[in-house]
Amino acid sequence: MSARANALRLQVETALAGRVASPFEYRDRRVVETAPVGVPEIDRLTGGLPRGGLTEICGPPASGRTSLLVAAMAARTEAAEVCALVDARDAFDPQSAAEAGVRLGQLLWVRCRGVDQALRAADLLIQGGGFGLIALDLGDTPARVARAIPLPVWFRMRRAVEHTPTILVALELESNAKTCASLVLRMGAREARWRQTSEVIELEGKAPRSENERRSPSEELERRTPRSNTEHGAPEKAKSTVTSVALIESGTRERDGRIFLPQAQGCLFEGARNFVEMIRSRAKREGDRLAWREEKAEGAEFETRAAWNNAREILGERNAEGGAGKR
Amino acid sequence: MAFASIFVPNFRVQAVVRVEPELRGRALALVDGAPPLCNVVAVNERAARMGVETGMTKTNAEQFAGLEIRARSAALEKSAHAALLDAGWSVSPRIEDAGEDGIVIDIAGLGSLFGGEAEIGGELERRAFACGLEAHVAIAGNIDAASIAARGCGGVTVIPRGEEAARLSGLPMRVLGPAEETAETLRRWGMHTCGALAALPVGQLSERLGQEGVRLHALARGASVRSLTLAAAVDFFEEEMELDDAVEELDPLSFLLGRLLDQLCARLGARALAASLIRVRFELQPHFENACDRRKEVVRQKNPPGEYETELRLPVPARDAKMLLKLLRLRLQAHPPGAPVQKIVMRAEAARPRAMQGGLFLPSFPDPEKLELTIARIANVVGEANVGSPEIVDSHRPGTFQMGKFRAASDGAEGVREGSVRRPDARDEKNASANGAGDAGDVDGEDAHRKVTQSFRAFRPEIPARMELQGGRPMAVNFQGARGEVRAASGPWRTSGNWWREDSWRQEEWDLEVKFRPPQHVQSRHVLGTPVRAEGSAISAETQIACGKSGVYRVYYDAEKRGWFVRGVFD
Repeated sequence: MSARANALRLQVETALAGRVASPFEYRDRRVVETAPVGVPEIDRLTGGLPRGGLTEICGPPASGRTSLLVAAMAARTEAAEVCALVDARDAFDPQSAAEAGVRLGQLLWVRCRGVDQALRAADLLIQGGGFGLIALDLGDTPARVARAIPLPVWFRMRRAVEHTPTILVALELESNAKTCASLVLRMGAREARWRQTSEVIELEGKAPRSENERRSPSEELERRTPRSNTEHGAPEKAKSTVTSVALIESGTRERDGRIFLPQAQGCLFEGARNFVEMIRSRAKREGDRLAWREEKAEGAEFETRAAWNNAREILGERNAEGGAGKR
Repeated sequence: MAFASIFVPNFRVQAVVRVEPELRGRALALVDGAPPLCNVVAVNERAARMGVETGMTKTNAEQFAGLEIRARSAALEKSAHAALLDAGWSVSPRIEDAGEDGIVIDIAGLGSLFGGEAEIGGELERRAFACGLEAHVAIAGNIDAASIAARGCGGVTVIPRGEEAARLSGLPMRVLGPAEETAETLRRWGMHTCGALAALPVGQLSERLGQEGVRLHALARGASVRSLTLAAAVDFFEEEMELDDAVEELDPLSFLLGRLLDQLCARLGARALAASLIRVRFELQPHFENACDRRKEVVRQKNPPGEYETELRLPVPARDAKMLLKLLRLRLQAHPPGAPVQKIVMRAEAARPRAMQGGLFLPSFPDPEKLELTIARIANVVGEANVGSPEIVDSHRPGTFQMGKFRAASDGAEGVREGSVRRPDARDEKNASANGAGDAGDVDGEDAHRKVTQSFRAFRPEIPARMELQGGRPMAVNFQGARGEVRAASGPWRTSGNWWREDSWRQEEWDLEVKFRPPQHVQSRHVLGTPVRAEGSAISAETQIACGKSGVYRVYYDAEKRGWFVRGVFD
């Protein structure tokens, strides 16, 4: 260690003598109590959401972050805790939350118009105490606005929940709390899953010869046929041929030089596959200054499924029970 | 059987001092009547020593330095009398209302609670003082002897059985409450004390004064026997205050409301009750006088005073005056009366206070009183309609819900599933290391394959969009300045309703997987992997659109409005 660092260390130890014993000695961190999120893959990855700490869930829209937050709220309300959701852009959908298992009677929903109202409401809720989970939804707040939230605000919120059993979750486009967050999860989307039946629309003409020439169905149609009227129900000029084929799993298929487009009436959105990365920040010395660098730790993938699948399962179980009864 | 009488001397003055305790040590005179016939009707001891007398005009009374003058208030006297009754009901259900300044209580059975009769008397005196009244207490074997002793003797007086005549003999005649004519007659006879009256032969007294004389004779000997006329207990509590000068600012109004709340909560506490509803009615001062000019005659008409009412409905009965004042203050900040306040009437509906039994294995809940305060503060920030619990409405209209009042389970039992008490940390894991990787691998097999339900993120209000269709199928969608191509589509799912009403709807919904491309003016500046700020964008344009991400959106065509809208995104 350099002489300057040694002199600085001696100065600090002298100044704190009698008040802080061994200020430069490593201390074991306190035991962190966690609560399950309700998503097995994420519980295995993170060990659960830390109580008395701030968790950031970051990611672009359609990356599964709202599903993760709602799953956490469902797990807490199922455990007879009360939750609070501070919704900066009034984006919460009670219907899908109820289908995900959130007990709405145990949820306090604060519908805000902007970040300022959301931060004030969150502050009041944290000071009030008694909630199992407090979520601050800044998911639709522009990143430049969220970045403008001063760091002391995050620090104050984190300190307010410290030594309490409250889980504080912030949902954002990107991570802003830096070291104030005990856990940072970065979400991303892999693919959407669709369930389709037969009956497809075939696009006329030859398929592209190579991958480089592959186009999306809309581009293909646009290239081959005149653009139709954008008014709803206006007569279209594109030609299409309906061809019955065997069950197609998903997506647009090309077969034997022909492009098949799934019939929209026979499609159902089944769910999505998303990934989550647990991010850690570390301080590294770069020359004369300390810089914070993110290090991705582990990752995991999880799947979501649309609510209608729940009804399908219940019906399937009932049918199975009915069949067993008949025997 | 024994009876206790509580008497409040100089009741009118005490009624005023009850809401202004700082006047207790000062000279105080009450005036009544319309000017210029405004005279002194009551004075306290200090004012009497200064030379202020009843009947003096207000102008004369104002000449005395250091004398506080207040208007006599029927409202305050009514409240004080109600407080006196509450003090009595706090110890016994058998109470007789003996006029505005006194009550009589059947104290049978109180010995096991408070001890001897002297202790009972002391407790009654203390409870009356807790309600803001300095009272005299007397305990005797019959009702009238107790009442007379309370009026004539100060402090706590206990009259043993058989000694009523002896103890009452020295009291002045006025304590018997004779009619004026009878009193004048007795004075001319030289009868000034109860003992002198009691010594007269009852037969000859009856010949000269009739039944009135017989009654007074029995009272003077302490030999009157009768039953209590029970007063009916009321279950509401009301306090009033009329103001000499109208109050316009919130701070002084809060001070007065705090006084009234203190009195209300003291009365509730005396009867072991709490408030489930607080209703406050303000009588407002009219702003101006209407001047009505009729030809040469100007007739001035005063606007009738307006009224403003507000109420606090508490989720859990409470009698914490400070907390109630904070709630009231927040309510008035959000909805002020709009005019100076001349009179305040505060009424509380009583209920049994909350009795909560905490459980070892039940999770903690927000304290109901603190939660009510927190919600009121949040309502001040976001609006009362924007905080609460969402409730699904039984309707086919997509996205319909309503906001209900948030009520945390008070005893924890409502939030627990039937048949099982769930340990809140039964599946929680203690993480022993700072890295966060604990024993999360102990997830049972059932949960390992459980999928998360897809959630939806709504756009409020819905975003207008422009759709490009091919063969009735969406091929591309434009909204918020960006164009996205449809990679997969599900629909149309038609829904309609309320066709017989003005709020009918007809919609055609689609679930679309849309892949965005950055707009031309952004593409030219786009650096791969670096989010580019898109001008004019609002919700999702910044990162998603600029980076070419995709998502599943719910889009619908509104046949009533004849346009396409984006309802939200599956996130």
